[in-house]
Amino acid sequence: MTTQESHHDEHHGKPYGIGRWLFSTNHKDIGTMYLWFSFTMFLVGGAMALVIRSELFQPGLQLVDPHFFNQMTTMHGLIMVFGAVMPAFVGLANWQIPMMLGAPDMAFPRLNNWSFWLLPFAFATLLSTLFMEGGAPAFGWTFYAPLSSTFAPASTDFFILSIHIMGISSILGAINIIATILNMRAPGMTLMKMPLFVWSWLITAFLLIAAMPVLAGAVTMLLTDRHFGTSFFDAAGGGDPVMFQHVFWFFGHPEVYIMILPAFGIVSEIIPAFARKPLFGRTSMIIAIASIAGLSFIVWAHHMFAVGMPVAGELFFMYTTMLIAVPTGVKVFNWVSTMWRGSLTFEPPMLFSLAFVVLFTIGGFSGLMLAIVPADFQYHDTYFVVAHFHYVLVPGAIFGIIAGVYYWLPKWTGNMYSMALAKWHFWLSVIGVNITFFPMHFTGLAGMPRRIPDYALQFADFNMLSTLGAFMFGFSQLLFLVLVLNTVRGGTKATASVWEGAHGLEWTLSSPPPFHSFTTPPQVK
Amino acid sequence: MNGTLQDPVQARETANRRLGKRLLLVTLAMFGFGYALVPLYDVFCDITGLNGKTGRIDAASVPAAAVDRTRVINVEFVANVNGNLPWLFAPQTRRMTVHPGERRLIHYVVENPTAQPIVAQAVPSVAPTVASRYFDKTECFCFTRQTLAAGERREMPAVFVIDPDLPSEVGTVTLSYTFFAAPGTEPTALAQADPSR
Amino acid sequence: MMASPRTAAASLLAALLLSPLAALANSSVNMRQGVTPLSRDIYDLHMLITWVCVAIGLVVFGAMFYSIFKHRKAAGAKAAHFHENVAVEVVWTIVPFVILIGMAIPATKTLLAIEDVGDADISIQVTGYQWKWKYAYLDHDIDFFSNLSTTPEQINNQQPKGEHYLLEVDQPLVVPVNKKIRFLITSNDVIHSFWAPDLGVKRDAVPGFINASWATIEEPGIYRGQCTELCGVNHGFMPVVIDARSQADFDQWVVGQKAEKVAMQKAAEETWTMARLMQHGAEVYARACSACHQANGKGLPGAFPALDGSALTIGPLDAHLGIVLNGKPGTAMQAFGAQLNDADIAAVVTYERNAWSNATGDAVQPAQVKAAR
Repeated sequence: MTTQESHHDEHHGKPYGIGRWLFSTNHKDIGTMYLWFSFTMFLVGGAMALVIRSELFQPGLQLVDPHFFNQMTTMHGLIMVFGAVMPAFVGLANWQIPMMLGAPDMAFPRLNNWSFWLLPFAFATLLSTLFMEGGAPAFGWTFYAPLSSTFAPASTDFFILSIHIMGISSILGAINIIATILNMRAPGMTLMKMPLFVWSWLITAFLLIAAMPVLAGAVTMLLTDRHFGTSFFDAAGGGDPVMFQHVFWFFGHPEVYIMILPAFGIVSEIIPAFARKPLFGRTSMIIAIASIAGLSFIVWAHHMFAVGMPVAGELFFMYTTMLIAVPTGVKVFNWVSTMWRGSLTFEPPMLFSLAFVVLFTIGGFSGLMLAIVPADFQYHDTYFVVAHFHYVLVPGAIFGIIAGVYYWLPKWTGNMYSMALAKWHFWLSVIGVNITFFPMHFTGLAGMPRRIPDYALQFADFNMLSTLGAFMFGFSQLLFLVLVLNTVRGGTKATASVWEGAHGLEWTLSSPPPFHSFTTPPQVK
Repeated sequence: MNGTLQDPVQARETANRRLGKRLLLVTLAMFGFGYALVPLYDVFCDITGLNGKTGRIDAASVPAAAVDRTRVINVEFVANVNGNLPWLFAPQTRRMTVHPGERRLIHYVVENPTAQPIVAQAVPSVAPTVASRYFDKTECFCFTRQTLAAGERREMPAVFVIDPDLPSEVGTVTLSYTFFAAPGTEPTALAQADPSR
Repeated sequence: MMASPRTAAASLLAALLLSPLAALANSSVNMRQGVTPLSRDIYDLHMLITWVCVAIGLVVFGAMFYSIFKHRKAAGAKAAHFHENVAVEVVWTIVPFVILIGMAIPATKTLLAIEDVGDADISIQVTGYQWKWKYAYLDHDIDFFSNLSTTPEQINNQQPKGEHYLLEVDQPLVVPVNKKIRFLITSNDVIHSFWAPDLGVKRDAVPGFINASWATIEEPGIYRGQCTELCGVNHGFMPVVIDARSQADFDQWVVGQKAEKVAMQKAAEETWTMARLMQHGAEVYARACSACHQANGKGLPGAFPALDGSALTIGPLDAHLGIVLNGKPGTAMQAFGAQLNDADIAAVVTYERNAWSNATGDAVQPAQVKAAR
């Protein structure tokens, strides 16, 4: 089938019109759709973040009522995790993995179409809950029972449905990526020769097919608890609400790494390119990603130290969590060594990667602090945790994604973007992110719980600062939108290799690359 | 040309399909594993006392000779009613001192002051969590659902034994029972359906 | 408890290096040291890890920025070609591991101290409700609810905010100092989390599950905290306030509580005037009802129904009293029969039937409430 289709396309050129996108089986078109979808969700989730920050600008209730505030925190979390970060990585994988491996397309092109087109339905369902009676889910993205079972609004069933659809989409995407990586490599492209981005995605895809079904199980149990008389999480019927947290975090912790490992891969592509020096400790980088992925399955209860567990359990999860610092440290040291005695230039992809290394490491430090159980009793569920995970997700995952887009955008469009605009975007983003999230460490330590719509007076100054930073960061993303639109429309033509120091099969193709990347497989030496 | 291209492409298609099917099986297995976490969690809790649930043993298996007279444990009793269940529920004794291995009886008093029968389930919990796996009951009203007729007041017994292996640093153990309205029989739902109220 | 020599040395070194930052320690931007031996241990542990992280950060980022500055292409740097060094890689795998062990040892010690399950002097059961705490003194037969006392006008910016905005309650948890207090924490509905930062205590309140935590407060004072687990609409409005007193003051408070209980029982047997019912009802309404139904009785559309002009509050008294006593299943409306005494319920029902535009003229007596239970 695939061969017939590709023959067809070669004779008649690219399909056109709406059909090109609706029925697309082309990895580049699907990658583009994933990236635009993700950016749309990033803006939607970001708008919700700004609602949250506006309400928190000053003590007192000004703009929204607490119920709507809780809906905003819940939807912001769900949309950013499942709608912005994960689809962006799948979009990058779609564009890059076939080109980096010397493959003509993904292994399952039609499945690829389906996994993308599930997403708009999932998120339309999720967003529609905002307009339902009783409001959208308001129990946080972690939906702890019994707040999400006995005490939840009716719209929770639509939330469960949308989680199921997102889950299917991610799982199908992951299967496609694994099959592409294992079966579609060009002759000579051995596993150990694969680019780091591909390696990070291979491991991420395995995490996805291991973790997402557990989430599907958790929401299914929630659904049957709500409507079909089971009592998985209901103490009245012999269940246990704490078990919900165990099942959720058994998924949740690998999920956290699903959102960061591909960013490790991207940064490991970019830093060598702009240091003009091969990646330091390539093998140890791959081993580090694999060990982080492995450890992610035995640390889940560190999210629940305050729930009350025997001291032996607390010690076990503290030690395993601290252990993650070792492979993570190795990665950071390797990136710094790659730069060491290189010949560095600071184009936008490199700027975002450097910010990634510093700010992600700060998020890693606060993660290590959170692992220390006695201290966690004071940090848990405060703004310190909010600061921690936003440091690893915003200047971590999101800067990783933006760095990747800046790195590959000239390749995708054939046009070079405006360096000046990109640098404005970088500096406004990096300053905005730090003004937003750094003060949260202090508000958290000083005692401000997370997920509250109003706060005591001593937290006022830092909250005001965070809000100002959030608006700065949020609106500077519109520069990125303008920049990408301009680049798609035109601009200075990019060369095939685009960057002086970039290596890899994708740079051997023209910019923009042909509709089908490698119709004859390249020979990798 | 076509013939030479077709074969490797078709071979790859077959390989892709086989791998795809295997990965789908892994996915289904992991979905099953999500459910398997439920019994695994129970087993894990039994071993570690993670969720503070108490053990249940046969009366016959309590060795009478194992009583450790040298050690005294303070046992506190707590009673809770969850949500809107309108029962009155309290232990008859607030605290007692117990020797490990000794079989003791405690009564809780429960009353349904409403005008209709109500079904509820008591859920036990022990603090500190480390003590829960050493806290065994041979007889308890929490083993089954309890139905109280309108206005009925009842004394409910529980017989417990503290395992002599209880870690030596534990001096006080709290036994708590919480009555939950049995799912589907929430009392106020009945109250509202009853026009006489 | 003395800080370990390691902690002390690390703090001293760090203080010398970064004295401006050290000045921030224990101010409103850092973790509170608190007033219990354990909270101080936790604080020391927190400072130790913070400084270790700062030190590692300085080394790593120092090397990185040195490289960014020195190894610029613009400065004429030529790229070297090395891309591995087994010795270096082994070292930077082992050294962090050793540092981690150095952190794990004091962390384990503190954790074991926190989980010390030995005997306590006083047991207090803490029960989370949407959205208030109930404190029950197991040894004294005293129990009461502790509600937010910040007025809705302050929250809605119609009045200036007080010093302890959102961190004040009608009845704080009163405890004696220098006694080992055992908190037995559970919940009546959803999961809450009981947090008293100055005590170094944070434990989830899970329905059906009893959690224990300990604290020995060494200084009298008022210590404030909050619920830290999202528990529904008014999660941000259920503070924890602990009033630690000397043993003598505590004993006196216990006697006062018992006398008050007797007086309340007596009052419930009297016949109340309309004015008294309305005045007391307004107080009860403000602390028990206004968080959801709002001070103006208008509720929050979509979440909490209005009481002003509703069919319930101007309809038959029995139905109104029934809902207040027994709650409404499937909603946030709790059974206040278990939380308020007969006089409180009589007063608040009277208030709801005669406040705002409601004018039924009903004066509900405590005896009627008792009969309806």
